[in-house]
Amino acid sequence: MSNRKPAGGFFMRDTAWHPPALTPQYKTSVARSPSRALLSMPQTMSEVTGPVFGHNILGDLDNDLILNYSQDGTSAIGPRIIVYGRVVDENGRGVPGALVEVWQANAGGHYRHAKEGYIAPLDPNFGGCGRVITDDDGGYEFRTIQPGPYPWPNRVNDWRPAHIHFSIFGDGFAQRLITQMYFEGDPMIWQCPIVDTVPSREGIETLVATLDMAATLPMDARVYKFDIVLRGRRATIFENRMEGT
Amino acid sequence: MMIPLNRRRESPSQTAGPYVHIGCVPNFCGIEGVYPHDLGDTMVNDQTKGERITVTGTTFDGTGTPLKDAMVEIWQADAAGLYNSPSEIRGTADTNFTGWGRKAGDYATGEWNFETVKPGAVPFPDGRMQAPHISFWIVARGINLGLQTRMYFPDEDNSTDPVLTRIEHQNRVPTLVAEQVDASTYRFNIRLQGEGETIFFDF
Ligand SMILES: [Fe+2]
Repeated sequence: MSNRKPAGGFFMRDTAWHPPALTPQYKTSVARSPSRALLSMPQTMSEVTGPVFGHNILGDLDNDLILNYSQDGTSAIGPRIIVYGRVVDENGRGVPGALVEVWQANAGGHYRHAKEGYIAPLDPNFGGCGRVITDDDGGYEFRTIQPGPYPWPNRVNDWRPAHIHFSIFGDGFAQRLITQMYFEGDPMIWQCPIVDTVPSREGIETLVATLDMAATLPMDARVYKFDIVLRGRRATIFENRMEGT
Repeated sequence: MMIPLNRRRESPSQTAGPYVHIGCVPNFCGIEGVYPHDLGDTMVNDQTKGERITVTGTTFDGTGTPLKDAMVEIWQADAAGLYNSPSEIRGTADTNFTGWGRKAGDYATGEWNFETVKPGAVPFPDGRMQAPHISFWIVARGINLGLQTRMYFPDEDNSTDPVLTRIEHQNRVPTLVAEQVDASTYRFNIRLQGEGETIFFDF
């Protein structure tokens, strides 16, 4: 392979910026949080390498949730939106070839899932999954309907703000990340125990997509911008160079 | 004025929630016709070199209850110890082996399993060899930041592995070693909390 190049190690993950494992306001975390400290270890090839997902795995409608599950050619029901942005690393560089997978509830807040229990109805033309691979600059976009908020079993009356789940696979296994995107101006963001697991308001705000009216498609779809930041890599030829070799 | 570093901060993690299947393994959860198959469902084909193995396991919470909504991803070297990755510069990995797998736990039992090959050894940064191992990443409802761990093999010599020998609490090392079920099957149960809590890493 001619395009091979050695990968530098990832920057230390700032675990104080991420949610801690134990967040009692989100009850399920109580029995699912490790009680021992994470064990810090130097990265090896096992952590800095990762698979490649070629653009050839994608179907034409993979990033179009309005149509990719349509049973009869009709659009999914709900406010039409486009979400776009860049996947960058902590150095601010675009991450090309990143696999971005999204999933969400329908416009009524109902998921297409066997364990879904909310009374809002299914939309026969909405599956709720989409995927895209970033371009050379780290850019991505997909089209969908704005998901509805929904109640969830935590305290007796907890609701999730409208959100889209994101899974991002950059170029190394230790860079793997799952997060959620919220919508600018939603007052429910600040009442959600899951959002509240993120320690700082500043951190939460990085998960809120901005309405981009200039980019909006007239008479068609509003546009939201959402950038994602993955762990950055050191880039020095001196890394892992053993003395005397 | 000093030179600004212009660094960005990693996007904060949020739980995968109970419906991670919809986005990551839609065919598994009955959303068919969008993708031809679920990514990571097959790691090997009939040309893949090496010893075929099955790795199976269940993830348990702190009460000993299996997680029925977890998703597990693995990443490993091929039989010769090479990663199928652009940043693998030591040689060319087996093109018939992806090295990456993704499975959801069974809805009823929480068990997942991977059909793969036994990985070869991969060096530590100082050049010493690590014992053969598989990297794991576990997400689920109630897990706020995906958990990283490693599985080692009970039928390999793990006594000089640079990671395992660095661990202060040697009595926890067995949590990283799979059980041998039969000649080609290994069980790696993951315990999130409490007695026998699996070692999770911050790499
Ligand atoms: Fe959700």
